[in-house]
Amino acid sequence: MRVPLHAVAHGRAGDKGDASNVSVIAYLPAAWPAIRDQIDEAAVMAIFAPLGATEVRRYELPRLHALNFVVEGALGGGVNSTLALDRHGKTLSFLLLGEATLEVEPEMIPEASTYRDVK
Amino acid sequence: MDNFIKPALIDRGRIDLVDKVLIGCGAGFAGDRFDAAEAILDAFEGERAPRYLMFECLGERTLALAAAARAADPAAGFSPYLDRYLAPILARAMAMGVRIVANLGAANPAGGAARVLALAAELGAPTPRVAWVEGDDLTATMSDAAIRAAPRLDGAALIDRPIRAANAYLGAAPVAEALATGADVVLVGRTTDSALALGPLIREFGWSDLDRLAAGVICGHLLECGAQVTGAYFADPGFKDVADLAHVGFPIAEVASDGVFTVGKPDGTGGRVDRATVTEQLLYEMHDPAAYLTPDATVDVTDVQLIETAPDRVRVEGVRGRAPPETLKATVCVDGGFLAEAEMSYAGPNAAARAELAAKIVEARMREAGIEARLGVDLLGAGGTFGRGVRRAPTRSEEVRLRLAMIADDRADAERLTEELQALYCSGPAAGGGFRARVTSEIATGSILVPRGAARPVVRTLGR
Repeated sequence: MRVPLHAVAHGRAGDKGDASNVSVIAYLPAAWPAIRDQIDEAAVMAIFAPLGATEVRRYELPRLHALNFVVEGALGGGVNSTLALDRHGKTLSFLLLGEATLEVEPEMIPEASTYRDVK
Repeated sequence: MDNFIKPALIDRGRIDLVDKVLIGCGAGFAGDRFDAAEAILDAFEGERAPRYLMFECLGERTLALAAAARAADPAAGFSPYLDRYLAPILARAMAMGVRIVANLGAANPAGGAARVLALAAELGAPTPRVAWVEGDDLTATMSDAAIRAAPRLDGAALIDRPIRAANAYLGAAPVAEALATGADVVLVGRTTDSALALGPLIREFGWSDLDRLAAGVICGHLLECGAQVTGAYFADPGFKDVADLAHVGFPIAEVASDGVFTVGKPDGTGGRVDRATVTEQLLYEMHDPAAYLTPDATVDVTDVQLIETAPDRVRVEGVRGRAPPETLKATVCVDGGFLAEAEMSYAGPNAAARAELAAKIVEARMREAGIEARLGVDLLGAGGTFGRGVRRAPTRSEEVRLRLAMIADDRADAERLTEELQALYCSGPAAGGGFRARVTSEIATGSILVPRGAARPVVRTLGR
């Protein structure tokens, strides 16, 4: 089944200058390989390109079942010069969780999640 | 009381007798809750280990505002929140022997120290010893030209704009040195946020080993955003549920002399501490997890293990450190012009099209007025919060808030934007409502790299 990343992972966005870092953390270890294999730099770049992103770097943290993406140019110049409402890009973690999709097996989704009902 | 630990005794005591240190964080940013630290002191009652309470309240731009306040009044320029954070806990912390480390000094730690003494007197507390760290202010050691010529990491172009503040991120060593004076309260201006925790750890354990210093950096990193590690800024109902965020517990780290530490929170408070909350905060504002740069160590967290040892307790192991960079990062604040923000709502059928039309009208009017500044256009409710370019498909019950934004060097140009949107009440598309606007004076910041010698930390004290 194909689901938004939000079904299998959580994350947080932070800012440094004009770069945003967005973590992607598997809820269940079972989902980690699917996240690692499918959420690549190109997929993330496609989502952030409309915001002006110029480069995406991906870091793997297998012990934590997590990826860390650094998205350059995503913050409209940075917290003190952007025209965006969300000047730190704090909401961008949920842009990624909502827009990125991946193929998963039902058991990769937490049991109580409503995404399990989506077929 | 029998758990009373005189700071002076700690400082005269033998470092090798200390096997653990407790550090709580009472604030994670300048707008954080003012009453959060009280529960940390509750949790500290009866503990014999050295106990510290840190407050991180100094934003990037805050220093420019503080420098301006100090220029206008030599007694001002410390954090305007100093009283709000310290008044509820200062007397009790002193009575318990809990030492306070805070970046409430901002652009005038000496002024802040004087205020702490006055506050203690007002509260009827004994006179504290207050130590502070100076020397982060680069305008004292570097010329404007040298600051402008320094290698720039990111942020605003510094050319041609007046420099309002330039501060290097000091490391933990001067914080440890300030604690060595026996101070009850240590105030700093710009240091790394993690130094507020690492300073006490260096003081208590005498650490110089890079792996331990790196562990202390990560301990500080996890604590410095307050409840962001204890379940706050985390809740996503139905997916990530968090109990009682109205009374979320702020974090306490119990740190062992080998650098292994456990993150927890006061019993009976809201929030949660588990692998998920700690992982989110561990990676927060981190770029390369194998090379997190600080003045105290280059930190590698790629082999970190997070172990849930008890409910709401996570042990952090496996942080590694290498030599820190040769340079220090510094933040330079310059005038940033005037930010105009103006908003109008459109609701019901075809709302997004009417909002887009309104934006086009204002764009045309601004162009004709000869105002060249870039105009930001966001449709809030249609993806606009994420930034321009992210658009959601219109929904059946449309409701969008048009938000226009512009930064202009001239205040009148900024005002013009708000006037043009306001005029659409009568002269724009159908049924716009709820106009709000404001114009604010901005500080822009840029990050530069400076040689370590450009910052000359000095510790001073006041009080008993």
